[in-house]
Amino acid sequence: MESFEVPAPSKVNYLNAQYGLKSWLLTRDHKRIALLYLGSVSLFFFIGGIYAMLIRLELLTPQSDLLSPTTYNKTFTQHGIIMIFFFLIPSIPATLGNFLVPMMIGAKDLAFPRINLLSWYIYIVAGIITLYALIAGGVDTGWTFYAPYSTTFSNSYVVLTGLGIFINGFSSILTGLNFIVTIHTMRAPGMTWFRMPLFLWAIYATSLIFILGTPVIAITVLLLAFERVARIGIFDPAIGGDPVLFQHLFWFYSHPAVYIMILPGMGVISELIANFSRKNIFGYSFVAFSSLAIAVFGFLVWGHHMFVSGQSVYASMIFSVLSFAVAIPSAVKVFNWTATLYRGSISYDTPMLYALGFIGLFTIGGMTGLFLASIAVDLHVTDTYFVVAHFHYIMVGGTLLAYLGGLHYWWPKISGRMYPEGWGRFSALVVFVGFNLTFLPQFVAGYLGMPRRYAAYPPEFQVFNVLSTAGASILGFGLLIPLIYLVWSMRYGKHAEANPWHLPGLEWRTPSPPPTENFPLTPIVTWEAYEFAPPEEMKIVGRVHRGQPLEGADTPVGGHS
Amino acid sequence: MESSWIKFVPDAASSMAGKVDALYFYLSGVTLFFSLLIFGVLIFFVIKYRRRTPFEIPRPIAGSHKLEMLWSVIPFMIAMSIFVWGAQVYFEQARNPKGTSEIYVVGKQWMWKIQHSTGQREINALHVPVGRKIRLIMTSEDAIHSFYIPAFRIKRDVLPGRYTDQWFEATKTGTYHLFCAEYCGMNHSGMIGSVVVMGPSEFDDWLSGNASQLAPAVAGQQLYQSLGCVSCHGANGEGGRGPELAGLFGKQVVLNTGQTLKADEAYFRESVLNPQAKIVSGFGPIMPTFQGQVSEEQLLQLMAFIKSIRIVNPQPSTAGPGPAAAASATRSTANPPAPPVRTGSPAGR
Repeated sequence: MESFEVPAPSKVNYLNAQYGLKSWLLTRDHKRIALLYLGSVSLFFFIGGIYAMLIRLELLTPQSDLLSPTTYNKTFTQHGIIMIFFFLIPSIPATLGNFLVPMMIGAKDLAFPRINLLSWYIYIVAGIITLYALIAGGVDTGWTFYAPYSTTFSNSYVVLTGLGIFINGFSSILTGLNFIVTIHTMRAPGMTWFRMPLFLWAIYATSLIFILGTPVIAITVLLLAFERVARIGIFDPAIGGDPVLFQHLFWFYSHPAVYIMILPGMGVISELIANFSRKNIFGYSFVAFSSLAIAVFGFLVWGHHMFVSGQSVYASMIFSVLSFAVAIPSAVKVFNWTATLYRGSISYDTPMLYALGFIGLFTIGGMTGLFLASIAVDLHVTDTYFVVAHFHYIMVGGTLLAYLGGLHYWWPKISGRMYPEGWGRFSALVVFVGFNLTFLPQFVAGYLGMPRRYAAYPPEFQVFNVLSTAGASILGFGLLIPLIYLVWSMRYGKHAEANPWHLPGLEWRTPSPPPTENFPLTPIVTWEAYEFAPPEEMKIVGRVHRGQPLEGADTPVGGHS
Repeated sequence: MESSWIKFVPDAASSMAGKVDALYFYLSGVTLFFSLLIFGVLIFFVIKYRRRTPFEIPRPIAGSHKLEMLWSVIPFMIAMSIFVWGAQVYFEQARNPKGTSEIYVVGKQWMWKIQHSTGQREINALHVPVGRKIRLIMTSEDAIHSFYIPAFRIKRDVLPGRYTDQWFEATKTGTYHLFCAEYCGMNHSGMIGSVVVMGPSEFDDWLSGNASQLAPAVAGQQLYQSLGCVSCHGANGEGGRGPELAGLFGKQVVLNTGQTLKADEAYFRESVLNPQAKIVSGFGPIMPTFQGQVSEEQLLQLMAFIKSIRIVNPQPSTAGPGPAAAASATRSTANPPAPPVRTGSPAGR
């Protein structure tokens, strides 16, 4: 074995290297910044969740009784804004991505550590502005801000909320830029593009959308503010504008933003499926390139949000056919994940339960997307609960489940502690059941014609709403459990080994929690992604093996002399 | 309404509803098939290949180009079959059939104002006859609304500053929901109403029973006088300093830029509110704007009047597309409820 030992790992890690508030607020360590994001993203998720519960409670009865229509309108608007801009978009990239991009490629940090910290501060400033707008009186335009309602008629804090979203965009752009540069320039020797874990391909594709798409929402929000404040006619036809233009600009960003939310989740699932079945991903390059295909095609389908808006028949047809096309790379991923399980060694640990749940829910979410891509059906179900159910299957059933699965999977590395496995499995099950009970009835209510964003609704829809509210309560309960035991485990959890799951990825070849510099020596990568070996081979910390066949593995590692 | 405890499909009360439902059932079938296939395989694998010993290392499998092709091409073919089917139904829905009668809809926060061609006005209600093709011409006074009748499977955004239209043919009498589907502010969920589908004779009775209002075309004629349109376009739209208006709708118009366009509702609207935008060949830019002087409903009435004046006795040999060619024809104002037949209109137009 041509390898060498480094000094025994010290007890110093990134968590205890320095103490004090200042050491956190001025840190340039990507792992600490990831934790700052984890805390703030969780806080926003909690706020967004409270709005969700208010929505579900109001809709328990057909009348608008718990909340007045105005309050209800603000509630669903704020639920959407908080969840999309301050939870879903940053969730996986800024927490798991921040923590893992350098670790997975064998680097000490991201390319621009100070810019990384700046991203977090921008996010916090944006978050505070938005929260202030919500407390000061709120905003009632829907997260879509459709003009001219938002520019002319709404009597709420539109510009201030818009400012928050505008500023937040820069955080996304800087994070995306940082990831792209890091992945291009800082891969350890031997870490070729096609040896990268698929999570990194997904993060790379997401970063492309961040830097190409986010400027468009910034421009859109700016134009909206110009019209609202200075009455410059851009969108409102009463002063010479075009309201459909707003929808084009808004969806040109916001449809790709859907892929910002789901692609990192798909990356997490590729990791979970491969690692918890101890199999290399079936069709690695197809899964990798499908991420890029989704990122590219995702920019060409925005018009499918506008089939009823009065855009031309031919534009609608083209957007429809492209929307069907973008479904194919997603289908390819699902088939490859499933095929990966074939002849694997599948464990039922909590992260895997989340991954299996993801595949199921994402399949339903994706397939119902075909209903909406099909114009004739879309004309009937758009702006109804069918759409609400569809995108929650993607956003919650997809992204949130992937996020929770990833958080459990990497928790030993992040915190140095194990989470309680029994509670983990239990909560995964509760979340799955609660989720389906919440959103499955909404497909039916939607096809029956219940419009979304209704504070009051005809009584015939009540049965579906009662089911949804019951499901949401179960879902909320299921989400509280991990919140409690993860916090608990940080102090009382079992100490985690360096490689508790016995996996080949670089992030598992360094102590848990890792030292500030991640690896004592720059690793040299001689193995393919997901190349499993006996635990004694993969436990090696800071030690480098070269060109040696790993016992128990059928293919020799590396190819060179 | 049927009395089953839980319904999965709403009432189907238009000629399009069955077609949309058929596509929906096909999509549901495809979804169910693939979901069950994936769930089945997933569960089978998860049980069959569960971990038996802690450190076992299964044999790696690289992948298979054949399988990748298979599971890209088959879903693609199925997706395209849905697309083609959906596009066919959509085309039928998007193209206005011949022989529709028009109803005007104006949306405003938070009500639907509807006027029939005989003058009846309704608020948050729409009475229509069974078996007749209706075309709604819609606009908004403020924010964007969306006119949604689930039982007809139709939805169309109603925008300020422009017209959108939507046709349907009701097939089943009854009372159905009318919703605003585009969020429009505080009382969005109160911007609802009912669509009453009546038998044809019943509907005709209803129409003649409540005719307290002027028919839109008659009101439009009064506006045409009072706004001074007559001085340039002639008392009966025969033209003068301004272009001829009789028989305008559907005609090709040649502009002074050399462009040709079809005179439709959007062109009419723009020509009243922003007359300098498109000037008919041979005329000067002398018309003032009527922006702010006519309401949305008055604009629709004016349009109804222009649509109602038509050439009754043209000389076939001289009839051509230009305003001068038809200038000698005699004109009259027809009574609005009559079917919009353009007597003697040359077939080639």
